[in-house]
Amino acid sequence: MKHIRNSALATLVATTMLASPVLAAGTHPTTGEPLADDQTFTYRVLDEHSSVDPQVVEDVTGAEVVRDLFEGLMNQDEEGNLVPGVATGFTTNDDKTVYTFTLRDNAKWSNGDPVVAGDFVYAWQRAVDPELSSPYAWYMEITSIENAAKIIAGDAPITDLGVKAIDDRTLEIRLSAPLPYFATMTTHSTLFPAPRSVIEAHGADWTKPENIVSNGAYVLTEHLPNERSVRERNPMYWDNENTIIDKVVALVINDENVALTRYMAGELDRTEVPAGQFPRLKEEHPEEAISFPRLCNYYYTFNLSNDGPEQFKDVRVRKALAMAVDRKIIVENVLAGGQPEAYSFTPAAVANFEPPASEMASMTQAERDAKAKELLAEAGYGPDNPLKFSMIYNTSESHKKIAVAMSQMWKQKLGVEAELGNMEWKVFLETRGNQDFELARGAWCGDYNEASTFLDLLTTPSGYNDGKFSSAEIDSLMTQARTASETSDLYTRVEAIIAQEQPVIPIYHYAGVYMLDSDVGNWPVNNVEQNWYSKNLYKIAE
Amino acid sequence: MLGYSIRRLLAAIPTLLLLIAASFVLIQVAPGGPFTSERPLPPQVLANIEARYGLDQPMWKQFWDYLYNIVFHFDFGPSFKFKDRDVNDIIAQGFPISLTYGFLSFLAATSVGVTLGVAAAIRHNTWIDYFAVSLGIAAQALPNFIMGPILILVFTLYLGWLPGGGWNGGAWPYLIMPVIALSTSYMGSIARITRSSMLEVLNSNYIRTARAKGIPERQIIWKHAMKPTLLPVVSYLGPVFVYVLTGSVFVDIYFSTGGLGQAYVGSALSRDYSVLLGVTILYGGLTVLVNLITDLAYAWFDPKIRY
Amino acid sequence: MFGSSKKTIELAEAVNEQAIVGRSLWRDAYDRFTSNKAAMVCVAILGCIVLFTLAGPFFAVWDNETIDWTAMGDVRGLGAPSVESGHFFGVDDLGRDLYSRVIQATTTSLLVGLIGAAMALIVGTLYGIVAGYLGGRIDGLMMRFVDILLAIPSTLVIILLLVVAGRSFIMLFVALGAVSWLSMARIVRGQTLTLKNRDFIEAARAAGVGEFTIMIRHILPNLLGVVIVYASLLVPEMILAESFISFLGLGISEPYTSLGALIAEGAGTMAYGTLWQLLFPLFFYVTIIITMFFIGDGLRDALDPKDR
Repeated sequence: MKHIRNSALATLVATTMLASPVLAAGTHPTTGEPLADDQTFTYRVLDEHSSVDPQVVEDVTGAEVVRDLFEGLMNQDEEGNLVPGVATGFTTNDDKTVYTFTLRDNAKWSNGDPVVAGDFVYAWQRAVDPELSSPYAWYMEITSIENAAKIIAGDAPITDLGVKAIDDRTLEIRLSAPLPYFATMTTHSTLFPAPRSVIEAHGADWTKPENIVSNGAYVLTEHLPNERSVRERNPMYWDNENTIIDKVVALVINDENVALTRYMAGELDRTEVPAGQFPRLKEEHPEEAISFPRLCNYYYTFNLSNDGPEQFKDVRVRKALAMAVDRKIIVENVLAGGQPEAYSFTPAAVANFEPPASEMASMTQAERDAKAKELLAEAGYGPDNPLKFSMIYNTSESHKKIAVAMSQMWKQKLGVEAELGNMEWKVFLETRGNQDFELARGAWCGDYNEASTFLDLLTTPSGYNDGKFSSAEIDSLMTQARTASETSDLYTRVEAIIAQEQPVIPIYHYAGVYMLDSDVGNWPVNNVEQNWYSKNLYKIAE
Repeated sequence: MLGYSIRRLLAAIPTLLLLIAASFVLIQVAPGGPFTSERPLPPQVLANIEARYGLDQPMWKQFWDYLYNIVFHFDFGPSFKFKDRDVNDIIAQGFPISLTYGFLSFLAATSVGVTLGVAAAIRHNTWIDYFAVSLGIAAQALPNFIMGPILILVFTLYLGWLPGGGWNGGAWPYLIMPVIALSTSYMGSIARITRSSMLEVLNSNYIRTARAKGIPERQIIWKHAMKPTLLPVVSYLGPVFVYVLTGSVFVDIYFSTGGLGQAYVGSALSRDYSVLLGVTILYGGLTVLVNLITDLAYAWFDPKIRY
Repeated sequence: MFGSSKKTIELAEAVNEQAIVGRSLWRDAYDRFTSNKAAMVCVAILGCIVLFTLAGPFFAVWDNETIDWTAMGDVRGLGAPSVESGHFFGVDDLGRDLYSRVIQATTTSLLVGLIGAAMALIVGTLYGIVAGYLGGRIDGLMMRFVDILLAIPSTLVIILLLVVAGRSFIMLFVALGAVSWLSMARIVRGQTLTLKNRDFIEAARAAGVGEFTIMIRHILPNLLGVVIVYASLLVPEMILAESFISFLGLGISEPYTSLGALIAEGAGTMAYGTLWQLLFPLFFYVTIIITMFFIGDGLRDALDPKDR
């Protein structure tokens, strides 16, 4: 009943609005587009977020909410460039070990308190506090803030952390090693401020909508777990005047096909496109179906550890398998969402580095297939001695499709018998982490927009190097790159070694494939990390 | 009867304890832990997290602490995945939702099913009978998980009559599709059981006697045939009741209702031990309770049984 | 969810009342069953489906795992059911022949139903007989164990078993068997309790027949009626349960598939112009379930002399 009455009311209001255009919400200050009266942005999320506590949150869905609720020292713009947030700017010493941020004087918490340097000190100490045991404490370690690692290990009090409030407007950070990109790391939620008084008053319940106090453009007003969360305009936000979207609603919809149905029914402004449906949707809704590159790769990794399968120790076998994968079919027919084919480990979308074109990339698929047959024959495999192995992936419709397609390509072209193993996520992680596999799916999204976030994965000490590939040259190149001013040549060399040794089979690089309502303005398609802020969006009148 | 009920409930305590112990061990045996993630946590960070949740303790100690907190504080522990919430919170939020649409589905399935079944039996071998039987069989044979997407497609996209999901405090437009999706297959079973039971009763000697005495048909059906007819239905309804309250994972997934079904399956997949255990205990307790209620209801329907 | 219907317990009790007599009763039951038209029609239909799974592959142009690369690029157009392309039922989302996949899936689902029910039957019957016959404290312990297992939600048991042991045909049967033998054990135990004090058992015991022999030779044959009726009702329940497992993504591994898995896939894409991906597997699924219902009903009527 309530629903009907509400919608009837809404219609009434809408007609009234139509009758008197004077009341319209106006136009966008820079683009001049007419703005819709209802500035509500509704989008679909796959899963319930893990937390909205900036120091605790660990999933992408949660980070999106936290980026709206809280604001760090710096923000990213639509292109992914660094722009001022709570800080108006920063200075650094010559060897980049001391950073000093100046905070703006009009930044406020949603309860009216000013945002001061001490709020950052408190938050960062929280992040490394063994008692809070944040799963993102590792992020604090890689920021190189002085004593972070020691505090996490419990060997120093949290007050030893290398961050200090010189006064309410000045924050000084001391690093244990030079880090040229420290400022970009402050756009991450772990380094957002936290409201001490609220956390001390409410304990673990402080993130409940009735208790939470935040300093971003929005405040959390409603949270129904596994159903929806709502954030609304924070009138105390320093840039509230320039914020256009009034209300942001995240709806949890587990099934992507149902989400698409509901998008079509007009219940959502944004949803993901299921694998394979993009071409049809693009044809039927050219304005709404969008695809843009993302900073993620997708690959299969060989188990090259000592107890790995003997057949993969032969580089010719690895190369043959990599060659015979027809990436064009995978990106055009299986995924069909505008994903780029991958012949390098690092996605081309990465900033300041152009992955080199490998020999494989320049060949036609027919040439690759011929070469693959040749290599496999040289390695001693043929019709009477077929290559056999098993490949594992975790349960998901699109992983399954890719694995099936790959195994069929190998079977039809090379006579290779690949047995498919589909595993539930946690089992998959455990199996892969214990090198209990032969060939396994892998994927990585960049932590920051720099090639090393990918290339580090194939170094010997990397925790994510589940294939246990080890190359002394890559290790030394990547160590050099950490302090080098010009890294491009080093990375090019690393990619060349990867292409030569083929420890992994790059398949494709991710794309963001969305249905985005055409009345949503300014979606940051050029931000390859997809760090979006609702305050930068707007809804255009239709 | 009261004494019997109390005895039954007391006898359930060791059962529940063993249930908790069994689940506790089973869950921990499953590969991967709550903090196994795509990005392996550095050992020190992992150690801090495990210390915080007591996972570094020996198993017996963890089990003891767990029981202690339940018995003395009624605290089922924090969720390992949803770090802002604890298990009490999650159950308090999700259970009323599952209970609401589950109970409504139960009512819908029972009332429609029994009506169809009785109508079919009374009008045996007429078109009403055939219609009811085909409807019942079709409802039962369709896998219930395809109802979700079909309903949303029809009522939300094509007709635009109902919202495609959400709960909204249980407002009725949000309830209709979950209730239809969940109740359909039970409705089919209940209709079939009721029909065959009623047919059997109507052919029994005492009904024939009643007819011979000239008692009006309406009165025969309502006063004499109804109770024995419902006997097998009641025994079927017991497990169904527990199931509709708990097994609603596909409703939660398709309609974003936020009930416990999805939270439960999700907790098993993400190894959120405490949530999984908490909900298992809730379900185990419910099973025990519903079994008792079924037995009591049975006594009411069948005067031969006395407790 | 399954294996828990008390209705069958009722029926079983009724059956047992008079199922103890001897051979002629089985003959009677057979006659009653064959004269049940609905059941016989369903047996014929089910027979056709089984025949189809056996003979169907000989007519297939494509096998169940080979991808038709041309159809893959245009599933909505080239992948539609057609005789010329050899895809009689169309192709799935990856361009694999749905005809061959449906045959393979039907086989899987039938096997899951039969073997799952058989496992429940064997384990449950043995457990029930032992508990019921030995009685006393052992009976109490064994039944308490069953009660505990019954209180664990079957969803949890299935998920954990499949997660721990990985996906395979065997594991699927074990998982389904593991949650469905419990009710069987309870029914059989109840029956055994009433049987073991009957005169003919007393007589056997007096004649010095061993305990084990009594269980196998004298009690077991007298339980068969109940067991068969219950097992026939378990088969569709197993198939339904398997489809639920597939829905959760925990079913058997590619390239093998089951009707539940195909339906789950087809249901996902039904709005995208490839409705055949849902309809063909759904048709076989629904047909199997319905025929199993009628066959179960027929068996019950045949073995339940009350209806005469």
